[in-house]
Amino acid sequence: MTDWPILSTVTFLPTVGALLLLLIRGDDAAARRNVYWISLWTTIVTFLVSILIWVDFDNSSAGFQFVERSEWLGGKISYSMGVDGISMLFVILTTFLMPACIVASKYSVKFRFKEYMIAFLVLETLMIGVFCAMDLFLFYVFFEAGLIPMFLIIGVWGGQRRVYAAFKFFLYTLLGSVLMLLAIMAMYWQAGTTDIPTLLDHQFPASMQTWLWLAFFASFAVKMPMWPVHTWLPDAHVEAPTAGSVILAGVLLKMGGYGFLRFSLPMFPIASADFAPMIYTLSVIAIIYTSLVALVQTDMKKLIAYSSVAHMGYVTMGIFTMNAQGVEGAIFQMLSHGIVSGALFLCVGVIYDRMHTREIAAYGGLVNRMPFYATAFLVFTMANVGLPGTSGFVGEFMVLIGVFRANTWVAAFATSGVILSASYGLWLYRKVIMGALDKANLKSMFDLSRREIAILVPLVVLTIFFGVYPTPVFNVTGQAVDKLITNYQAALSAAGKLALAAQ
Amino acid sequence: MYSAIVFLPLLGFFLAGIIALRGSYSAAMVGAPADGVDTHHDHAAHGHDHDHHGHGDHGHDDHGHDHHHAAAPGSRPAELITTGLLLVSAVLSWIAFLTIGSPEGEAVRIKVLPWVTSGTLSFDWALRVDTLTAMMLVVVTSVSSLVHLYSIGYMSHDEHRPRFFAYLSLFTFAMLMLVTSDNLFQMFFGWEGVGLASYLLIGFWFKRPAANAAAMKAFVVNRVGDFGFALGIFAIFVMFGSVEFDTIFANTGSVAGQTIHFLSWDFDALTAICILLFIGAMGKSAQFLLHTWLPDAMEGPTPVSALIHAATMVTAGVFMVARMSPLFDLAPTALTVVTFFGATTAFFAATVGLVQNDIKRVIAYSTCSQLGYMFVALGVGAYGAGVFHLFTHAFFKALLFLGAGSVIHAVSGQQDMRHMGGLRKKIPLTYWTMIIGTLALTGFPLTAGYYSKDAIIESAFVGHNAFSGYAFVLTVAAALMTSFYSWRLIFMTFHGKPRASAEVMSHVHESPPVMTVPLLVLSVGALFAGMVFANQFIGEGYAEFWKGSLFTNPDNHILHEMHSVPSLVKYSPFVAMVLGLAIAYWFYIRSPETPKRLAAEQPVLYRFLLNKWYFDEIYDFLFVRPVRALGRFLWKKGDGMVIDGLGPDGISARVVDVTNRVIRLQSGYVYHYAFAMLIGVAALVTWMMFAG
Repeated sequence: MTDWPILSTVTFLPTVGALLLLLIRGDDAAARRNVYWISLWTTIVTFLVSILIWVDFDNSSAGFQFVERSEWLGGKISYSMGVDGISMLFVILTTFLMPACIVASKYSVKFRFKEYMIAFLVLETLMIGVFCAMDLFLFYVFFEAGLIPMFLIIGVWGGQRRVYAAFKFFLYTLLGSVLMLLAIMAMYWQAGTTDIPTLLDHQFPASMQTWLWLAFFASFAVKMPMWPVHTWLPDAHVEAPTAGSVILAGVLLKMGGYGFLRFSLPMFPIASADFAPMIYTLSVIAIIYTSLVALVQTDMKKLIAYSSVAHMGYVTMGIFTMNAQGVEGAIFQMLSHGIVSGALFLCVGVIYDRMHTREIAAYGGLVNRMPFYATAFLVFTMANVGLPGTSGFVGEFMVLIGVFRANTWVAAFATSGVILSASYGLWLYRKVIMGALDKANLKSMFDLSRREIAILVPLVVLTIFFGVYPTPVFNVTGQAVDKLITNYQAALSAAGKLALAAQ
Repeated sequence: MYSAIVFLPLLGFFLAGIIALRGSYSAAMVGAPADGVDTHHDHAAHGHDHDHHGHGDHGHDDHGHDHHHAAAPGSRPAELITTGLLLVSAVLSWIAFLTIGSPEGEAVRIKVLPWVTSGTLSFDWALRVDTLTAMMLVVVTSVSSLVHLYSIGYMSHDEHRPRFFAYLSLFTFAMLMLVTSDNLFQMFFGWEGVGLASYLLIGFWFKRPAANAAAMKAFVVNRVGDFGFALGIFAIFVMFGSVEFDTIFANTGSVAGQTIHFLSWDFDALTAICILLFIGAMGKSAQFLLHTWLPDAMEGPTPVSALIHAATMVTAGVFMVARMSPLFDLAPTALTVVTFFGATTAFFAATVGLVQNDIKRVIAYSTCSQLGYMFVALGVGAYGAGVFHLFTHAFFKALLFLGAGSVIHAVSGQQDMRHMGGLRKKIPLTYWTMIIGTLALTGFPLTAGYYSKDAIIESAFVGHNAFSGYAFVLTVAAALMTSFYSWRLIFMTFHGKPRASAEVMSHVHESPPVMTVPLLVLSVGALFAGMVFANQFIGEGYAEFWKGSLFTNPDNHILHEMHSVPSLVKYSPFVAMVLGLAIAYWFYIRSPETPKRLAAEQPVLYRFLLNKWYFDEIYDFLFVRPVRALGRFLWKKGDGMVIDGLGPDGISARVVDVTNRVIRLQSGYVYHYAFAMLIGVAALVTWMMFAG
């Protein structure tokens, strides 16, 4: 174990980088280069340091590790950080995706480059903070503040309808989190603390759980996003710059799932059991409905955005199965989706940078000129489709097994998603990559540059590695999930509600 | 040794894949700027020479003979590496087969890597080799190595050879993982892996729209089957608490008779599981209702059709049912379903095969039909007979496809048999090997097909389930049609007057040895595989050969019963074969106008068969169009009008109006929010400090 505050270091290193950027003056090429390299090195160092967390992580412990605690705001609210098996890997995911985002933005951001990078680095601090916070209030601050840089990234560096998209994103999310803030205050009155480990052991009265659960649900369902509050996501993705989409799909969506796992299930177990059928229903609708919608999209980013909603449907249903396969599958699905959907958006970015359009119809036959690109895109498409041997398969099928144990109707409907995902995934691949290259303006395109290869190859490697050998991830999550489920069932049986949630 | 069998093809795939990628990448990057995003449009003039003459231009032309492309760099090393590794793998497979299939042989299990451990669910990457697996190893590696070899000749004019050989090796690896799996998930990995390789190979000539459509269709239709397969796996995990074969097979007794609550009903557990698994098998093995992808898959290069769509991948469904025979044997209802679909497919595909004119499609429908035979045998409990037919069929069907490839190669890419004829003298070696293949397929006495196919028909006769009589009648009828369409193919292709243009005929030549040697090797298999192995597969040596890898209930005596069928039944397939040959001879040698007259007299029937019972049209109408329409409806009306219209748009539109006005006044509107939030947070904190 390290004895220095590693979590705070990882969390605030990006902010240090952002402060350094503030010192840079001017907007010429040299300044631009400095901004780029400072940002890149900041994120790389952050990533390397964060790897130490995984190295030192004790897989056999189910509790919080690397705990830091200091008094803040008069003792009622403390600044406390810590990670357990559920949250730790999300920190790594965040730090891992950031360098790719920086590199992907090297040329595509044409103006206010410094401000753009500052927004990203601040965003990174806030995202890591969300996953490390061990105090409810601190969590809320990170969770909400993360909206601002993302709002700016979409609203300033976005596409043509960026203002509409930014506000849609903002309104949706804000509405949900206002309710969450009320719930947090109610919890504080009831339990007298905002310390998460204490709250995890606290038992809220059953009647109160329902309301608290609903309030948290409002916030997390929007973040996920779950049907029917998903419509902000396609617009936000379409308008966001490439790196914004990557972070949005890769990390921000995961906050909803993480929230369910951190708060809804362990703190309000009775309400969770009561509402599980509703979650199942919404998830199934999400999977089928958004997959069907994805089938008819004409915009690449929209298609991937809708497919993200469908994949998040697996996550929500897996979380609420409350068995080991379902929950671990859901966590794995979130991590895998973070890599795969991030990579897909990067792939779209690659050709968007060349052609400045996302219309599917504007492409076709890219494999003729871009064999490397076609290969990478194939790997990610197949992972998105859930092909065994890629990380997408492991999460999806674990969730489905868990769901099958909980409810076979839900499992049957959800499994039909494998047909639909193959349909839209391969349709996109066929329209964009395959075919003869007969559009004149595509003929001058070049394959991936070294910079682009450097971004995509690590993602390809990880997609396949975790598909073949997911054990490191399960080692991390196993104990924490086990504890989560045990406590959940204990709470239910204490309330006399445990029927047949057999292991 | 077993690891080498499985992983050498993977190594081949990696090496050839790297060669292919490096080659095409460096070709694509000629003239690219160092870090080239911004400057692309200045280079519009850098066209590439080989963009324009692809295979895309000549329709059904399988083999662009006159178009010599610049071969990709490293073509020759890629060919030699993959083919060499596959040959090693094949030799090792035969050693494994002879070791494990011998009376003293024992099954082995080698753990490679842990895969998933979560709660009670745990499975590894592992190789499990018993007699059934060893038999499949032999089939897969033998046919695959011969196809690799053959492709060196057949694809010699193609510009993308490294990629082709990489895909072939990838396919072989996935197929080997499938047959050596020791749990259902690894089997599913192989299952989908071969699906991926099949997708890539069908779409190998990616410039052709038809090839791309066929590739996608194959994948999606297979996914429909996988939907059932996946649910079957989940149900097995719920009932058995494991997905590993050894545990499952050890506990079949305790699960038999239990019920499973699936959807809203209680089903007999094993019946439900087996039917779900069989849906998967139907997809992969192109059984009736899920068969539509197989004929379209002929868009791929011919060696691919031989390897994947005849000898190996499509038999994966048969293998899976045989592997799961301990479950199926305890689920008689499921077996009845298997029999029904097998028999229907055997008959249906044969009828369609009667009238097809594309040489590859005839063989494709024949494959479909023969797979039906295998399922009939499995359905009546004669697992040995079904697997035996899988084994012999691999040799003669691969032979027929490769022979067809050799014909296509000879006639400059023509696939339509109406433009062939009279090729017998020009390509004698191809002719005679195809005759051997046809004899074996139609079950001519003492050839491979004779042993396995007659065993299936006899077992259908003595079978005990409700559809075995149905299966017997349909398989005999299909045997007649098999004989007819096979000889029709031979007569139309090799006999009669040449119908190709004089120019094409002048080019006709026998294929190079690299292509004819595989034909000869397969001919040996097609002639003798039945004779040599009949005793072990379905005869006296059954028990000590299979050693329990095919499950047989103590009261399952079908293999004994089928030796004592009435002689009329015994001779029925032979009679059917002779009749089919006679009719084909009459129609296509003696009186060539008869079939035309018949088609004219029965236009409805003819068109019904020619259009494959209109399955594609029906599916398009029933599924493809409605799904897209529904998607569009949900998008525009559901998302657009209902959710957005009632939800955020009403609000946000107004907000946007307001902010637009704000923007006109000053640009710092976002800081408003940040500031407001800070004030809110500060107020909250202050309040908490004082309240607490």
